[in-house]
Amino acid sequence: MALDRSDVTNIADLARLAIAEDNIGQYQEELSSILALVEQMNAVNTDDVQPLAHPTDAVQRLRSDVVTEENHREKYMANAPAQESGLFLVPKVVE
Amino acid sequence: MEWEVVIGLEIHAQLATKSKIFSGSSTAFGAEPNTQASLVDLGLPGVLPVFNEEALRMAVKFGCAIDAEIGKVSVFDRKNYFYPDSPKGYQTTQLHHPIVGMGHIDITLDDGTTKRINVTRAHLEEDAGKSLHEDFHGMSGIDLNRAGTPLIEIVSEPEIRSAKEAVAYFKKMHSIVTYLGICDGDLSQGSMRCDCNVSLRPKGQEEFGTRTEIKNVNSFRFVEQAINVEIERQMDILEDGGSITQETRLFDPNKMETRSMRSKEVANDYRYFPCPDLLPVVIDDEYIQSVRDSLPELPDQKKQRLMDVNGLSEYDASVLSATREMADYFEAVAKACDDYKLAANWVMGELSAALNKNEVEIKNSPVKAEQLGAMIARIKDNTISSKGGKDVFAALWDEKGDDVDALIDSLGLKQVSDTGAIEAIVDEVIANNQAQVDQYVNAEPDKRGKMIGFFVGQVMKASKGAANPGMVNKVLKEKLDAKC
Repeated sequence: MALDRSDVTNIADLARLAIAEDNIGQYQEELSSILALVEQMNAVNTDDVQPLAHPTDAVQRLRSDVVTEENHREKYMANAPAQESGLFLVPKVVE
Repeated sequence: MEWEVVIGLEIHAQLATKSKIFSGSSTAFGAEPNTQASLVDLGLPGVLPVFNEEALRMAVKFGCAIDAEIGKVSVFDRKNYFYPDSPKGYQTTQLHHPIVGMGHIDITLDDGTTKRINVTRAHLEEDAGKSLHEDFHGMSGIDLNRAGTPLIEIVSEPEIRSAKEAVAYFKKMHSIVTYLGICDGDLSQGSMRCDCNVSLRPKGQEEFGTRTEIKNVNSFRFVEQAINVEIERQMDILEDGGSITQETRLFDPNKMETRSMRSKEVANDYRYFPCPDLLPVVIDDEYIQSVRDSLPELPDQKKQRLMDVNGLSEYDASVLSATREMADYFEAVAKACDDYKLAANWVMGELSAALNKNEVEIKNSPVKAEQLGAMIARIKDNTISSKGGKDVFAALWDEKGDDVDALIDSLGLKQVSDTGAIEAIVDEVIANNQAQVDQYVNAEPDKRGKMIGFFVGQVMKASKGAANPGMVNKVLKEKLDAKC
């Protein structure tokens, strides 16, 4: 499956990545070749194969419902570009 | 044209765990911003989520309560979207293999009939943080305390046909999760939120119309209002020959309208994939059975028991079992006075009237269940009359005292049940009312029953209302009949 230019800009948009207009062609080629690689699997008959959620046979381990974390707000927010009253500040988002 | 309304609800219920679904942060409501957000909740690199066993148990409990298939292998997926209150860039949820499969609940309609609503599924997921859009110099504030709080999202089949049914369904779910103790049910704090999918189709048509989704409705009243205004809006458009746009809308209770939430919304592309950080969750029959065995009495079962075992009417049983708070209060009253019918009369009568009049919720009632029960017990053992009970109730309500027996004393409500004292008053009343006594004696025996009322009134008056009316009646009848 070959991606066109609008697919590339859409993917970049979903991932919130800024890409230069000049690079779109290159990404178009590279991403298409990755898809081509994966597409080879379409040749295999998977009728009797269960979809795999995880490559190992292991199952999820569980945690007891206990509060183990303490408040480290100062440390965790130390590298936030902007903060006020204990809140992270981000560019305005209003729906 | 005649339209049929098609509604499906998605209810998010916060699970009442102490810690978050994938981290050891506290889930307590109302803490200072970002003091309950750990490295996992903040989505920092190099951390691994570990699943909370209590969140799993609660979800399975819910599944058992709605008679659903339980997913023995459930899988967490990533739902990718960009929003700053979800710092990971995705929500961990369950897409193809939810913990709870198809189940059902029964709702009671206005006419008393029951309707079954099927529940498509319920899956585990994490809540997002909160964005605050107040004035932060043109920026938004982000509090991630709520990020990672465990939720179950309960998805109904599109089998709901009116706003009223939707409210009945939401209320029933609220009742079930609070009876189970898996959610505190506090709508004002967002513990339960409801998304309403609404569409219309010409009556008789099988195919569904285009639907809209009203997001995050957070009260029973708003669910009814939001759905009704959305039905009106869609009907106006369709009647004018227009078509409905599939979109997400918000309900504005002040303007009584719904409005489009994302005007430039591109079709959502969540790029779901299995979460590589979490392994499949596997449970066996034994686990499911042990959870099933731990289920408490549920609303429908309680209602049935109140009717069959405790002799209440269907109406009383359904009101008293409708919410966990009401049921717990009532059961405590009934236990304290050992009389379900009297307890039902007082809870549904005097108490409910006082709660409604003063707009107080039952959990904040100034009259505690134990006090009401103790007071009813005093009516039962003839210490006070029913009328005296109302005085005690009023005194408790006004918080004039805590102890029922002390109030009975201080208000002078104790009935005179001492036979000697009552006989003395009765003798006096008979002696002072010779004319009425003669009438009584000369009356036809079947008329005498009515005539005794006069004497009872006189005795009650002479005792200043303190005489036990039942005993007064008995003593009067004996003494008067002896003269006949």
